[in-house]
Amino acid sequence: MAEQKDPSAPVGPGSSLRGLRELLERGETTSEALTQECLDRIEELDPRLNSFISVDRDGALAQARAADERRAQGKAGPLTGVPIAHKDIFCTRGLRTTCASRMLDSFVPPYDATVVERLAAAGVVVLGKTNMDEFAMGSSNENSFFGACRNPWDRSRVPGGSSGGSAAAVAAGLVPAATGTDTGGSIRQPASLCGITGLKPTYGRVSRLGMIAFASSLDQGGPMARSAEDCALLLSAMAGHDPRDSTSSDVAVPDYASELSRPLAGLRIGLPMEYFGEDLDVDVANLVCTALAEYEALGAELVEVSLPRTELAIPAYYVIAPAEASTNLSRFDGVRYGHRCDNPVDLEDLYTRSREEGFGAEVQRRILVGTYTLSSGYYDAYYKRAQQVRRLIADDFASAFKEVDLIAGPTSPGVAFSLGAKTADPTAMYLEDVYTLSANLAGLPAMSHPAGFLRGLPVGLQLIGQAFEESRLLSAAHQFQQRTDWHRRAPTLDQGSAAP
Amino acid sequence: MDISSDTIRDMAQLARLRVDDSELPDITHRFGAILDMFEDLSAVDVSGVEPLTNPLDATQPLRVDEVTETNQRETLQSSAPLVEDGLYLVPRVVE
Repeated sequence: MAEQKDPSAPVGPGSSLRGLRELLERGETTSEALTQECLDRIEELDPRLNSFISVDRDGALAQARAADERRAQGKAGPLTGVPIAHKDIFCTRGLRTTCASRMLDSFVPPYDATVVERLAAAGVVVLGKTNMDEFAMGSSNENSFFGACRNPWDRSRVPGGSSGGSAAAVAAGLVPAATGTDTGGSIRQPASLCGITGLKPTYGRVSRLGMIAFASSLDQGGPMARSAEDCALLLSAMAGHDPRDSTSSDVAVPDYASELSRPLAGLRIGLPMEYFGEDLDVDVANLVCTALAEYEALGAELVEVSLPRTELAIPAYYVIAPAEASTNLSRFDGVRYGHRCDNPVDLEDLYTRSREEGFGAEVQRRILVGTYTLSSGYYDAYYKRAQQVRRLIADDFASAFKEVDLIAGPTSPGVAFSLGAKTADPTAMYLEDVYTLSANLAGLPAMSHPAGFLRGLPVGLQLIGQAFEESRLLSAAHQFQQRTDWHRRAPTLDQGSAAP
Repeated sequence: MDISSDTIRDMAQLARLRVDDSELPDITHRFGAILDMFEDLSAVDVSGVEPLTNPLDATQPLRVDEVTETNQRETLQSSAPLVEDGLYLVPRVVE
């Protein structure tokens, strides 16, 4: 079932950012050729997946030719000429940015997100914008105005969300890497469900400027690629202080790629007993434990730890995130940008009808919940209390990190589920995030990497680190990936029907 | 937890959204299920716990108060649905 790496094809499921960079450096290919190959693959295969909302064929080829010219002049940067895709939540100047919402269906941003700017400065070519849950609210990519994205391992199943398009496109080899954002697991859960590697950095590590806001105290952009090594290359380009984002951190950014071989001997990895409880599929648990044995073989020591408030992360998150979303999304008023209803009778009608028509059902539901928890008389009972519980959750991590260097466990309680299986019950969907939410609440870096397969579907292992310890996570995952080949497996796109 | 249809209508009004009467039972039900989930928070002893608003307990940095942005009215208004002479147009507010 798994397609083997074809060394004659630089673009495709077997390709890596590092590999493409080396081909370009040796002059064995050009950015224009790589970009054309990616565009051809997208055109041929994406109708089966729906992982892209917009493909910028002409723009990408123009960027590629410019990259080839820079290289010829000896002005190549670390990622010059390497094609990637951006999640459609990052503003791209002159290129439609929808956030998978009807509200922004025809929005063309007048500026670039800092992440887009930084990656462009490192030399990347942008192929297009990937599918996602509307305003990043969802765990299945089914809440997209542009239709669900499908899991390349089985097209009757979801790719996870909200960065489902980025995960599916990388897994299917349409693009070697992509950006994502993670508010409660939106990089890690789709990475897990699609069998790729994804990292949510420490809160403040990557600028949020131009990243359309969902929940501002939780949102964080990060890399999604096949391997930890590729994530390291991307993160080095994405991370760093941005004076235009007041929550951006000025902690120095290491060269993540040069720290990948930090030895694991003596590393203490904590396994939270709460992450291996009854919510977890037994077969997933077994696979994760087998993968953890690899870490032991690399010299790490596995230690049991406790994160006693793990279950409280769900209600705390689902109070805080919708509250912040209801505030952030109040900017969509049908006046300055975004969808505007036809023939409004008065100002009130303009606001209400533009928003009602522009937002999808889950987004409206979360705005209503957030409005309720922030409304007079309920603020202390909900929002304030949730922020207090949030501190207790962060304190649990601080205690655990007195004993261990890293925390490991499953990324998601199960494998990719069928399209439609959880849409009727939003609270069942929220359980998808039980292991990922806490890292956002505590602001900690966390990643997911492939750990094995269950009935032909990928299973991810999650690593959580201390603030600004991305390098620890990446080096651990990199060394795991030197011993295993789960991250090199690729889907054939034959599995599952094209219709839901 | 039960929540009334009137409360849902009030929240929709505050959020400038509209909920159709036909959707009310479903939304009321889903809303109740979400609030039930929140009940677990009320059992936690949070006395003396400072709310965590920034995950790294960072405070807002200040910069020198000087002009850093140039006027980009035309660029910024290029994505507006309805503009005339540099002004955003809305339905008449004052007769």
